[in-house]
Amino acid sequence: MGLLDKEFSDGNIVIAKVDDLMNWARLSSIWQLGFGLACCAIEMMATSASHYDFDRFGVIPRNTPRQADAIIISGTVTLKMATRIKRLYEQMPDPKYIISMGSCSNCGGPYWEHGYHVLKGIDRVIPVDVYVPGCPPRPEALLEGLLKLQEKIRNESLRKKSA
Amino acid sequence: MKKPEEIFELLKIQFGDAIIEFGNTLPVEAIISVSPLQIQNIGKYLRDNEELKFDSLMCLSGVDDANGTKLKDADGTDLITGGTLSVYYHLHSVSLKHKLTLKVSTSRENPQVESVENVWKCADWHEREAFDMYGIIFLNHPDLRRILMPYDWEAGYPLRKDYKNPEFYQGMKVPY
Repeated sequence: MGLLDKEFSDGNIVIAKVDDLMNWARLSSIWQLGFGLACCAIEMMATSASHYDFDRFGVIPRNTPRQADAIIISGTVTLKMATRIKRLYEQMPDPKYIISMGSCSNCGGPYWEHGYHVLKGIDRVIPVDVYVPGCPPRPEALLEGLLKLQEKIRNESLRKKSA
Repeated sequence: MKKPEEIFELLKIQFGDAIIEFGNTLPVEAIISVSPLQIQNIGKYLRDNEELKFDSLMCLSGVDDANGTKLKDADGTDLITGGTLSVYYHLHSVSLKHKLTLKVSTSRENPQVESVENVWKCADWHEREAFDMYGIIFLNHPDLRRILMPYDWEAGYPLRKDYKNPEFYQGMKVPY
């Protein structure tokens, strides 16, 4: 964290760079778009539930793209759905982040050859920040992906969006 | 409870030439082939007859028989002309506990089959799926449009044996 290192005067004052403060705020409250596609969505819901508790990282589902910071592409993206996902992504305000969850949204997964209806990787439509491998990934893997995303946000600068 | 042979005889008396043949090649269930332009009346009869009472259409499936002449395209893929597309109806009578399979075959170039939507309501979406995947036209269907593929899908019918996937759909690359 590093923010509390520089507190003084009985902890009432903390000196920090604006970059660090903004990044800390952003990475501690990643609100995800409440949105799931296939079997990965079941794992994502399990991650949100009490046993794994996404909320302890500040991740809560928002049901409108206008108030969402991140979108977790959890499942097989059909060509029909890809056009909708692109629209949802465009409706989200900056800064916005994308976690591609599972083999299907990473590269087409088991549908890579004969899936006439499947988009072979969501990165053909929208830019992905973190890829989580697995079919489907366990909740631990998704949490790891989230921590990677937080790491990425921590190194951002207000002047230049890196993620 | 009636055996398929008995049902075939009943249908033959009622509909004559519209009942084409009785196929019974084990281990497959007995299949009665009928005319694609009579299937609606046959369905109504099977549903309403007191001895048959087929009140449930368990499944309606399209099939590409791929029995036409096969040519190789320049890129090595199949191109089928002629032959037939088929639709199979799996019927079940809940009260009389008997089953029946019906089959209709229609030409690949102009595949037209009567809709049974007004006999068994559940046929609505099944027929839309068969249309979506094989391009079989169901006559008198109230709402015959694609159900799974996008409405603006122009590359054809995906489950036909000679289907070729497009390079792009709405600017998105489709092949791996």
